[in-house]
Order: sequence, then structure tokens, then C-alpha cells
Amino acid sequence: MQTYTVTSQLALEIYKSLVRCRKFEEKIVELYPEQQIKCPTHLSLGQEGVAAGVCAALTNGDKIFSTHRCHSHTVAKGANFKPLMAELYGKVTGCCRGKGGSMHFLAPEVGAMGASAIVAGSIPLAVGAALAAQMKGEKTVSVAFFGDGAVEQGPFHESLNFSALKKLPILFICENNGLATCTPISKRQAHGNISKRAEGYGLPGIKVDGNNVIEVWNAASGAAQRAKNGEGPTLIEALCYRWKEHVGPNYDHHLGFRTKEEVETNIKKCPIQRFLDTALEKNWFTLETAKKIEDAIQNELNAAVVFAKESPFPKEEEIFAGV
Amino acid sequence: MAREISYKAAISEAHVQSMEMDPNVFIMGVGAADPTGIFGTTVEASKKFGPARVFDTPLSEATLTGAGIGAALCGMKPVLIHARNDFLLLTMDQIVNHAAKWNYMAGGQFKVPFLIRAIVGRGWGQAAQHSQSLQALFAHIPGLQVIMPTFPYDAKGLILSSLQSNHATICIEHRWLYEKSGPVPQEPYTIPMGEGNIVKKGKDVTVIAISHMVLEALTAAETCSKENIDIEIIDPRCLRPLDESLILESVKKTGRLVIADTSWKSCGISAEIAALASEKAFEFLKAPIIRITLPDAPTPCSSVLENAYYPNHKNIAEAAKSLVLGKPAKNDNDIFSHKIEREKEFSGPF
Repeated sequence: MQTYTVTSQLALEIYKSLVRCRKFEEKIVELYPEQQIKCPTHLSLGQEGVAAGVCAALTNGDKIFSTHRCHSHTVAKGANFKPLMAELYGKVTGCCRGKGGSMHFLAPEVGAMGASAIVAGSIPLAVGAALAAQMKGEKTVSVAFFGDGAVEQGPFHESLNFSALKKLPILFICENNGLATCTPISKRQAHGNISKRAEGYGLPGIKVDGNNVIEVWNAASGAAQRAKNGEGPTLIEALCYRWKEHVGPNYDHHLGFRTKEEVETNIKKCPIQRFLDTALEKNWFTLETAKKIEDAIQNELNAAVVFAKESPFPKEEEIFAGV
Repeated sequence: MAREISYKAAISEAHVQSMEMDPNVFIMGVGAADPTGIFGTTVEASKKFGPARVFDTPLSEATLTGAGIGAALCGMKPVLIHARNDFLLLTMDQIVNHAAKWNYMAGGQFKVPFLIRAIVGRGWGQAAQHSQSLQALFAHIPGLQVIMPTFPYDAKGLILSSLQSNHATICIEHRWLYEKSGPVPQEPYTIPMGEGNIVKKGKDVTVIAISHMVLEALTAAETCSKENIDIEIIDPRCLRPLDESLILESVKKTGRLVIADTSWKSCGISAEIAALASEKAFEFLKAPIIRITLPDAPTPCSSVLENAYYPNHKNIAEAAKSLVLGKPAKNDNDIFSHKIEREKEFSGPF
């Protein structure tokens, strides 16, 4: 696999993206007990390395399709906080005008084309976006984000086959966090080696450490280049860890399917801390710069919360708008 | 004299003209580019536009439906074709959870101009999984358009219309219509979604007939006219949105309603139309509503059973007469007394 060079500018962009993903969801954890966010929220805390790494390899014209756990994908693709936060509050200023909620984030202006709450549901849509790009002769790629559970669904396999057949410009990004709600992958798949599935369909499969953002970015950059060269799709399996419960702001080790020690050990492998350590070591940027980025993002986020809380709810007639 | 072409030629012409008018239109499906071209409906498009715009697909109905949605979201206008209605069931998640809802969930920011054609394969022992008429499943879903064109004119106009709309459309075609001919203008035209068609004016009984049952109703109208019973035939053409006002106007005028559908009775389109009449035209009804539908059983294979299974013009005529003459309505499930010797409508092997 080709190794790309990280510039300081790219490193700053990735760090900013990581922190935006993290802080957005930490804010949800903080605000959720107020019970004003009245929709199920599936947090990707701990998994941000995949979203930020992949999206750093994309351009604005590239399109992503996401899942019920869609916050970080949409944020990393460059969405503004305000419409996302307003959507969580069910406001008409939300990215879905209050029709979607946490599981259906989108920002078409930056290529985030929406998210499906049906496992594997949006993979075929990403295939269609790739087909459109190919038919129009556009040099763009499409990205399907999905989890390890989606690999158990038929459309995953159909999509790999069709994309390989047509050499579609698409990246299949599997965030393998090893869990479907509380059920480990060992109870769902004969072997959990997801990247190996690609070979049978005639496309490359790559396994990366989702906590290593540079490794994710590098693999995605190669896959995007390959796709744009007309060489077809790539499956990237990124190993990652879900810190929080399947849905909601809390930890879930008390349920007994994993231990507190396991969760704590994995939190120590935080992709953001790891990236920051590397960045400082390699002098991509200084700690002072990092703090400035964090503060700016905190301000942006606080403003988004005010915006969300102060925005009006949709009018009841809006029920029929957009049917 | 107006030009007459077959139903399948009308569909073919709609495809070719839509592709000429808009470079973003393309056709895909299992067998879409094979030599027989979906009963001849894609052969011309294939010849004219080649494999870049008319192509065969793997047998992956769910993913191809999702790919149609994704392509539509990115500015394309896909047409996905299934040789049988029944195969739509492999793709219900993509149709119901995605095609129908993606725009709504996005607060109305997207367009999904996506046509899905599927054929009702009645006859020649196609049995339970190759002959279903599943319009009610789709007409139930907000966000979808469901069309069932009866005449060649309707087929061309509605297909052209569907690709100019912003919604996913399910087009259900009865294959016994494919060889029927009728007047079709050469130039492109559209028929608004949700606009029904008064196939025949009449004053005594309204017959709302769906797809092939419109032809049965026309035969029934001839029979009834010999007994001075004047049937009005309404073809909704589009089941979602449904032309409520056209149906209600007719019911208010005649006060008598027969509904003839190509599918089952329970929770079907006929139930929807009957409910509409009783909710909004109850005081105009002079008699109970009669529904002519398939019996509540899967389609059998044997030709004897198959012939008994499908209701026909005799059922419609008898129903209409019983309403006008005030005779106690015959049990409308008793279709077995109306077996008819079919003219050679359809033969195999496919």
C-alpha cells in the first residue's frame, strides 16, 4: 500500500475534525439528561478516528452515506454544528427540519447525503451515488459507512459484487466495533475477519487500526485514488471500540456483556490522544495551536447549542411537507 | 386517424423518448438488456443507447433498488425493471424504508425521480410466486407513487410523467395488456399523477376497475347495455395518489358502486375505494358496495384452478345488474360459477 505524506496543514485539519466529532458528542452526553433532546442518539465516542481519517481523504464533491451512528461521519465531512444540534432538539432549523433526528443527519452541501437507521440500508445508496458519478464521468468517489453488523446483511454482499463488477468509484468503510447492540461479533459471524470478504468478490480488502487516524487516512487516500483512476471499489475494515452504550449517553459495562476494565483499557487507546501525541512528536503543530483549535470549536459548539435551543419548532402543517 | 400501437410499444417509446430528452435517464434490471428485452419493452432503447444506458444487473434486487435511489439523489433518473411483481418483495426495505422516506427524512431537500416497473405475470400456470398483483402493499406507503396503466396511452404518458416527478414510482403492468393496441400520440406527453380516467360514461352503476379489470369491465358494460343498464367505468390509473374526486363524483351520480381489482380483497385497493365511498359519499349510495377481487388464496397452477381463480366480466356484469335490479346481492366471493372459456389470451412458456 502506498504511504502518503502528512503535511502540517493536513494534520491540523484532521485534529480539528477529530475534536469537532468528540466535542459534539460530549456535549450531547452533557445535555441529554435535560431531556430536551427527545430522540434516540447512538454515540460514536471512541470511533471518531475512522470518520475523521476517511473524510480527510475526501473532497467536497465526494459523497458519504451513513448509519444510525452518523454524528461523526457528518461532522467530519464538514457539516456545520448548528443544523445538527437543532435537529437533535427537533427544531425546524435542523438539518432535516425536525423530520429526521439523530439517526438521519445530513449536510448535502458538503456531500453528506444522509443516514439510514436500517442496518446496511444505506450501502446500496452509496453504490448508486458511485454509479451516478461513473455515468456522468465525474472524478468523485462515494463512501458507504457501516458497522460490522451490516456485513451480516444481504445488501452488503450484493453491493460488493455489483461495485466490483462495474468498477464503481466507492469506498466501503466498515467500522468494526465488534458489537451489535450488546451481541459480540463472535456470536454472529463464523469468522470476524471482515476485510477478507472482499477477496471473494474481486476487490481489495484492507484492515486498519481505527485508533490510528493516519493509518485510516492513508488507506482511504489510496482507495479514493484507486476509485478515481477507474480501478474500482475497496473495502476497508477499521477496528474500533464503542465507548458508550448502543444508544444513549451512558456506559454499559454494568449490563455484564463486557467489563469495566475492558472499557477503560480501550478508552486509553483513544484515537484523538494518540493522534495528538504523534502530531506533537512530529512537530506537525504545537500544543498551543491544539488548544486554540479546541477553544474555537468549543465556542462554535456553545453557539450551536444556543441556536438549537432558541430555534422554533416546526409548525404542525410541516407533517405533510416533503412527503 | 390516430396512430395505434401496442401497450409494450408504448412503454418502449416512452423509454426511448425519455432517454432522448434527458441524458440522465437510464434503464437497468435483470434481463433489461437481454435479447427479449423485458417482453420487448427495452429492445429499442437498448439498440439506440447501448449498454452504457441500458444494462443487465446481477440478481440483487435490494441493492439495485438502493442504487437507483442513490443515483437519483445524485441527479440521475433511473428505471429499474422486474420481470415479475413478486420480485419486489426482495426489495421492500429499499422501497419502503428508503425510496419512500429519504426525501422526507431530509426535510424535503432531495428529489428521487426513480421509476420501478414490475409485471403481473398472470396465466400459463405461473402459480403463486410469479403472478401476484401487489399494488396495495405499495399504495399503503406515503412517499411512493403507484401507477397501473391500462391502455397504451396511459402507459406512455404515466411513464414519462413519473420520470419528471420528484418521487419514486412503482409501475405495475399486467402482462395481458402488453399486446393490446390503442391510440398513442407520437410526440411525448405526460399524464398528471393522480388523474383518473373515465373510460366509459354511464348513469346507472359506477365500476372502478384496476388495470386488466378495466377490459373486463368494458365487456361487462356491453352485456349490461343489452339489458338497458348503463355502466360508468372509471380507471384510476394511479393508485397513489388516488383521484378521489373523480371516483366520488361518479358514485354521487350513479349511487351504485362496483370495484374490480386484480388482487385480493382483504386490506386491498378495493377496500380503500369502498371506504372512500362510504366516508365521503355515504348518503348517495343506493345499495351496498360490491367488490370483485381474487379469492383469498395464493394463485394455483393447474389451468382448471387458474381459470376458476380469476374473476371476469361476468362477475362484474352480474354485480352491476344486482345493484340496479335490487336483487339480493349474490355472494360476491362466488366467482366459481363464472368460469369462462378464455380466448387465447396468453400462452407460455414464460
